[in-house]
Amino acid sequence: MARMNMVQALNSAMDVMLARDPRVVILGEDVGYFGGVFRATEGLQRKHGEHRVLDTPISEGGIIAAAIGMGVNGLKPVAEIQFADYIYPGFDQVVSELARLRYRTAGEFTSPVTIRTPCGGGIRGGQTHSQSPEAIFTHVCGIKVVMPSNPYDAKGLLISAIEGEDPVVFFEPKRIYNGPFDGDPHKPAVPWSAHPLGEVPEGHFTVPLGRAAVVRPGTAATIITYGTMVHVAEAAVRQAGIDAEIIDVRTMAPLDVDTLCASVCKTGRCVVVHEATLFGGYGAELVATVQEHCFWNLEAPIQRVAGWDTPYPHAFEWEYFPGPARVAAALKKVMEAS
Amino acid sequence: MTPRSRLHVPSPPARPGQEPDFSYLSLSAAGAVHRPEFTAPAGDIEDLSKELVRVLGDDHLAVGPWNPHLEPAELQVGLRHMLLTRLFDDRMQKIQRQGRISFYIKSTGEEAVAVAAGMALQPGDMLVPSYRQQGLHVVRGRDLVELMCQCLSNTRDMCKGRQMPIMYHWGSGNIFSISGNLATQYPQAVGWAMAAAIKGEDHIAASWIGEGSSAEADFHHAMTFAAVYQAPVILNLVNNQWAISTFQGFAGGERRTFAQRGPGYGIPGIRVDGNDFLAVHAVTQWAAQRARQGGGATLIEHVTYRVAAHSTSDDPSRYRPKEEWKAWPLGDPVARLKAHLVALGEWSEERHAKLEKELEAHVTACWKKAESFGTLAGGPSLDPLTMFDDVLKEIPEHLVKQREELRALQTAGAIGAAPAHARQD
Repeated sequence: MARMNMVQALNSAMDVMLARDPRVVILGEDVGYFGGVFRATEGLQRKHGEHRVLDTPISEGGIIAAAIGMGVNGLKPVAEIQFADYIYPGFDQVVSELARLRYRTAGEFTSPVTIRTPCGGGIRGGQTHSQSPEAIFTHVCGIKVVMPSNPYDAKGLLISAIEGEDPVVFFEPKRIYNGPFDGDPHKPAVPWSAHPLGEVPEGHFTVPLGRAAVVRPGTAATIITYGTMVHVAEAAVRQAGIDAEIIDVRTMAPLDVDTLCASVCKTGRCVVVHEATLFGGYGAELVATVQEHCFWNLEAPIQRVAGWDTPYPHAFEWEYFPGPARVAAALKKVMEAS
Repeated sequence: MTPRSRLHVPSPPARPGQEPDFSYLSLSAAGAVHRPEFTAPAGDIEDLSKELVRVLGDDHLAVGPWNPHLEPAELQVGLRHMLLTRLFDDRMQKIQRQGRISFYIKSTGEEAVAVAAGMALQPGDMLVPSYRQQGLHVVRGRDLVELMCQCLSNTRDMCKGRQMPIMYHWGSGNIFSISGNLATQYPQAVGWAMAAAIKGEDHIAASWIGEGSSAEADFHHAMTFAAVYQAPVILNLVNNQWAISTFQGFAGGERRTFAQRGPGYGIPGIRVDGNDFLAVHAVTQWAAQRARQGGGATLIEHVTYRVAAHSTSDDPSRYRPKEEWKAWPLGDPVARLKAHLVALGEWSEERHAKLEKELEAHVTACWKKAESFGTLAGGPSLDPLTMFDDVLKEIPEHLVKQREELRALQTAGAIGAAPAHARQD
């Protein structure tokens, strides 16, 4: 086993797939010669050739459209959109084309594109380098939506995404590229090398899409979350001193309802946490699903902790970020209610 | 007076009640435009984007360097394909008017743009059309019954009832799926071509877009990617003068030709008489050879005229002179190819009338057969439960659940009542 941070794990996943499958190609802005602004594709062009790892024009619509055409012609494209905040020029190609091609041709044409894109805040990126737009994509039928929370899952999920035959939008919480950030920017950064899930096999392995993970077993309440917030939730549990179970959703669409609801039915209390804005957010889907399946087991109203419903403000990042204090407060609230 | 800024709102030369006026079109004489080597650098042949490549002269004979010298037998096949496309369109339009299909789009007057181009390409080339190139299916020998069944959303519908009429696709025939979102196919075709080059294959892609939808960002994405990677792709831009009610000036055609956009990206732009079967064939062949041998993309502007309405949902007499098509200076592609064959002594009015009759009978027979597989109003149709298939490769749990909900509603008789024809007893 090797020690990897999340960037290295993602790089390793692409490296493994480029070597295993001649159909795999990587494309995106700065991904080739330079190796990507977050270094996720570092060394891949040198190793696999400039026809396999392509630099592209600054044109997200063009990148996604070209990837679709490549997929139709038998390749397995992995497109990088440099920041999730930049994905919107390619949105029509995702919604109207990538997600619909199999359906509208009754399976005669398909395009197994994986779109990787860094998301989330906490890096002083302001409103154009901090967004978490996963809910916008989970509302689109015909694509899978994934967000890992650690290097092991990042590699295993990305390999599953590339090997699968469905289009996948793969969100990478950039704040945890280098370490399991728990929401407190004043503490010294913790590297992935100190975390058990920073141990990642060097070769091929998969983590299945559509399966959530119980990252912390507990009995008092359930926190359902994903991405960076998994680590924030862990800090909140320690802070509140409440034995909560933490579920990492990992694949937002399609959702692993059974794992979520088994936990909430057991604990009877639920907090849903995401970094994205609250209103119309993915948390609403989680809450609706939980109440539908666990209503008679619930001891308290479900709480949601999310980003405020404003754009991500550059100067007030930590007032905006739904940190451990807010999650702990929500936990206490579900414990108090009866 | 101090000069002030002024908003220019383009206005077509003629609206309903006015005299048609095509004086804005710049035309070259047949045979007048030079034909460069297909290896010519884009920068050396920019004049082709302003001129108009034409082969058929007023005397109906082929002239000049772009004459593709096709055998009469091949020209007869081309005529047959165009005529069949037209008769198919006419029939489907009537059927829509009778309420038997929900929608239709004719290609009347533009048949050469699909048929001649399609015939100049190879079977392994991927065709990525917009919604007005049904002629491509005809060229590649598609059974019209399949197209009709799609329009009927019946039990044999290739789209399984999921798409409006005319949104065809054909996997084994290498004709890509038509999207209702305009221009999206253009950069996809470039991606397909890039993949062919990555794999070291000989096939090229050809795509079609209207002049109206060339205003979409996807046009620019396609041109940029095609230029940057020298992708083996032919980018056809069908300038049929009208985008529903807005004339070509509203897509940016007032001061520059659409073909002139090519050189701006470093891609050859060729403006061709889109109603001249021979010219379209020749220009396509040139661009295909260039693409196949590593020369990259070509933008071809086909100057043509949309004789019919945009679709069955609009009435062109509300926005353009009713008889405008009669004034169109480039004539009709079917009539012109027919006249050429007659001039060559390879065709006659009698043969033409006979062919027309034969093709009409063929379309009628196809329609009868298509209807036997069901109609939209009268059924039978596919099981509505198939709507849950093909969203993803494997049906996910939540869709299994939703499918069972619908099944339960059907079983209870609450929804999905039997089609009208079955309820008459």
